[in-house]
Amino acid sequence: MPIDWFPLWLSLRVAVVSTAIALAVGLWIAYILANREFRFKEVLDAMVTLPLVLPPTVLGYYLLVLIGRASPLGKIWEMIFGSPLVFTWKAAVVAALLHSLPLLVKSARAAFESVDRSYERAARTLGASEWRLFWRVTLPLAHRSIFAAAALAFARSLGDFGVTLMVAGNIPGRTQTVAVAIYDAVESGNGTVARTLVLVVSAIALVILTLANRLSPR
Amino acid sequence: MLQARLRKTFPQRPDSAGFSLDLEFQAASGVTVLFGPSGSGKTLVLDAVAGFVRPDEGRILLDDDLLFDGAADVHLPPQARNCGYVFQNYALFPHMTLRENLVFAAERRPRLERHRRVNEMLETFRLTEAAGRRPHEVSGGQRQRCSIARALIVAPKLLLLDEPAQGLDAPLRAEFYDVLRQVRADFKTPVLLVTHDLDECFELGEEMLILREGKIVQSGSPRKILDQPANIEVARLLGAFNLIPCEIRALDPGRNTSKVQMGEFELDGPYFPGRFKGDRVTLCVRPEQLVVSARLGRPGPNQIPAPLSRTVEKPHGMRLEFEGGITADMPRAEFDRQRDNKEWLIEFPASALRVL
Repeated sequence: MPIDWFPLWLSLRVAVVSTAIALAVGLWIAYILANREFRFKEVLDAMVTLPLVLPPTVLGYYLLVLIGRASPLGKIWEMIFGSPLVFTWKAAVVAALLHSLPLLVKSARAAFESVDRSYERAARTLGASEWRLFWRVTLPLAHRSIFAAAALAFARSLGDFGVTLMVAGNIPGRTQTVAVAIYDAVESGNGTVARTLVLVVSAIALVILTLANRLSPR
Repeated sequence: MLQARLRKTFPQRPDSAGFSLDLEFQAASGVTVLFGPSGSGKTLVLDAVAGFVRPDEGRILLDDDLLFDGAADVHLPPQARNCGYVFQNYALFPHMTLRENLVFAAERRPRLERHRRVNEMLETFRLTEAAGRRPHEVSGGQRQRCSIARALIVAPKLLLLDEPAQGLDAPLRAEFYDVLRQVRADFKTPVLLVTHDLDECFELGEEMLILREGKIVQSGSPRKILDQPANIEVARLLGAFNLIPCEIRALDPGRNTSKVQMGEFELDGPYFPGRFKGDRVTLCVRPEQLVVSARLGRPGPNQIPAPLSRTVEKPHGMRLEFEGGITADMPRAEFDRQRDNKEWLIEFPASALRVL
């Protein structure tokens, strides 16, 4: 029986999109956490980190409540795009984001904080706006750690199972990601498919993590 | 001209002692040196002027610009202050070449003028050949010149330098002093320089502010301060004096003389205004003002006999340490002539005596 490679492509697509969103949102949050002093700063950090420690069922439940068809967010989405968000591959992106974002924020915050303050101070005395300071000084100086963080977030996005199952479901050819497909294959006794996908996913993850390690500044 | 009045308090915490900064000063054109031991608040003053630290109260005025006013709630961000800052580690952006560092600083200027200006600066600071290299690929002197050029390219109204010669070897230090003298002559930018090196104050400073525990304990030209430290604390901070406890035995304002009892010896000195007979004071005299000779017969006036306990070789001569804690400096050649002295006499020239 030929192996259906759709779940792998879907997972890669989900991981790419979720990593991109995590970068866009996470770098911003991380930069604020690293540079601003405000009340509840550590609370914000804890809230961002929370998904890493909560059981997938809890997260899935929250997401269903938050973006389900009956929720305000779900209704707005449906109004704009004409179709529901849950049980589509986009819901799988949201599920993956739940884990990639905290990983990225954590590492990026540390990366920004490790940039010597005097560079930022120097840029400020030279009249650089905060925006230019971020793009021209802080980000370039932290870029290796940020790449490593993005790689880690990507690898984590690739492997999400529980939350994806709850909010995106297991619709073959539409929302069945590789992790879900492996579960499916094992359940239905399809050993060849399970073995192949397991090995391919492991290999991809190994390559990405090796890359992340080589990028991390020693 | 910079006028600043600053007050900032850091409350005592379990992991740190409390600290409070409370001072007022002016810095006109030329180089003003903030001198003080570590922890005296020197860098905090720079950071407050640059806008990295917000004082609790006070006022900072640079020419006609109000940078900070506690009462009016004015606190300009560093970007809007027009203060160049040369950091202790130079803080040249490591991912940019020297030229790119300057271009980054000049980016708010129109494009054509920007490149002309960058090239001018590279030339002025002898960086043209190294312009394409990154900071870690160039020499310490080039890094240093580049950081000053980068701070000056935005035409700041004030240049702040945080212990810029710290940790430099002697030739580099001398080169840096030359560069800064050139800056003073060519750019006319007032400079506020932090240091805890007394030689540096004399090399560069027209005005000197001595800081101790967040307060200014004396200000004036370095020469004047060394000539007459305001009090014994300043003298200790400068670290360039013999400080000997003694008692005033006689004062004669008419003849401008006095007599001072130091241990078992009596010295003649000038009249000390504001002092009274019987005052216990500290005699303050610099090691190079003492005249040392071999003891032949009875000591003359203002000479006291003292056994030599050891000699230390210094770059510009010999330092002689006598029993009782008195030190005297003499040129190397002079010491070579006298090294076989069996007994020594130290002469305290009357005009050199100061009391605190």
